[in-house]
Amino acid sequence: MDVKTGLFYLFAVVLLFAAFRVITARNPVYSALYLVLTFFQASAIWLLLRAEFLAIALVLVYVGAVMVLFLFVVMMLDIDVSSIRQGFWKHFPLAAGVGALIALEMAAVLMGGFRLEGAPRGAALAAAPGTSNTLELGKLLYSEYLYPVQIAAVILLVAIIAAIALTLRKRKDSKSIDPGDAVRVKARDRVRIVTMPVTRAAEPVAAEAAAAQPQPGAKA
Amino acid sequence: MTLSLGHFLSLGAILFALSVIGIFLNRKNLIILLMAIELMLLAVNMNFVAFSYYLGDMHGQIFVFFILTVAAAESAIGLALLVLLFRNKSSINVDELNALKG
Repeated sequence: MDVKTGLFYLFAVVLLFAAFRVITARNPVYSALYLVLTFFQASAIWLLLRAEFLAIALVLVYVGAVMVLFLFVVMMLDIDVSSIRQGFWKHFPLAAGVGALIALEMAAVLMGGFRLEGAPRGAALAAAPGTSNTLELGKLLYSEYLYPVQIAAVILLVAIIAAIALTLRKRKDSKSIDPGDAVRVKARDRVRIVTMPVTRAAEPVAAEAAAAQPQPGAKA
Repeated sequence: MTLSLGHFLSLGAILFALSVIGIFLNRKNLIILLMAIELMLLAVNMNFVAFSYYLGDMHGQIFVFFILTVAAAESAIGLALLVLLFRNKSSINVDELNALKG
């Protein structure tokens, strides 16, 4: 058993343990942190497979962006864990049985059917002088896959716009003003100039006294 | 026992089974559901990278690249929907998502 095999088993065991904790952890924050550990282990395994660019991209994109987003959302929401976890362990034996069945069947087929003899062909490819994983990936990506790359960019743009449009809302208690309105305002919108005579003849006192009952609201 | 393609594919299969269990167990918790979907995509990506290495074909890694892109978009929109849901219902319990009466 060489070093690479030992490393593979180490990473695989930690990966599976972390994945198990992701789905069973009580606190969603712990789940998110275990998911970070899972991605790190997967990235290490991809390094063993000589996919250096994708391994680093996994760490940067997932751990750096997506998982931080997850953590933000998990910490922003006030989740009532106890009601959500109701009946969790009751279904666990059935779920574990089905999952073990899936894993065992697939492993039986895969371990028997995919024993490729000889050295993996990717090793020779990666060992060739003057080449690297990133170089090869870039060559393919910007020649053969140029249109798919642009479609992927459009998908990301749509995701940005959708995420902003979904969560944007006007706050009711916001006191912010519209700068356009503030610039466009005219003096006559704010101040009303009233022209009125300088002097005014006094009301005749006699007429008021003569009225038997003063009408309500007449003074107003 | 030297490493073969089967080892990596089995690892992907076990990871996939784990995430299926996670989706089954956490039917009510939308956040963990999203995380289980991420795990599933990781298992698929693991298979792609393993095949790419053992067959000496870079196209598998290109595909992983695109899956990463789509998964990032998916989780961003999913989390936005989650925030919107929590704002309206004050809960992320999937059982309460019956407004459409489907």
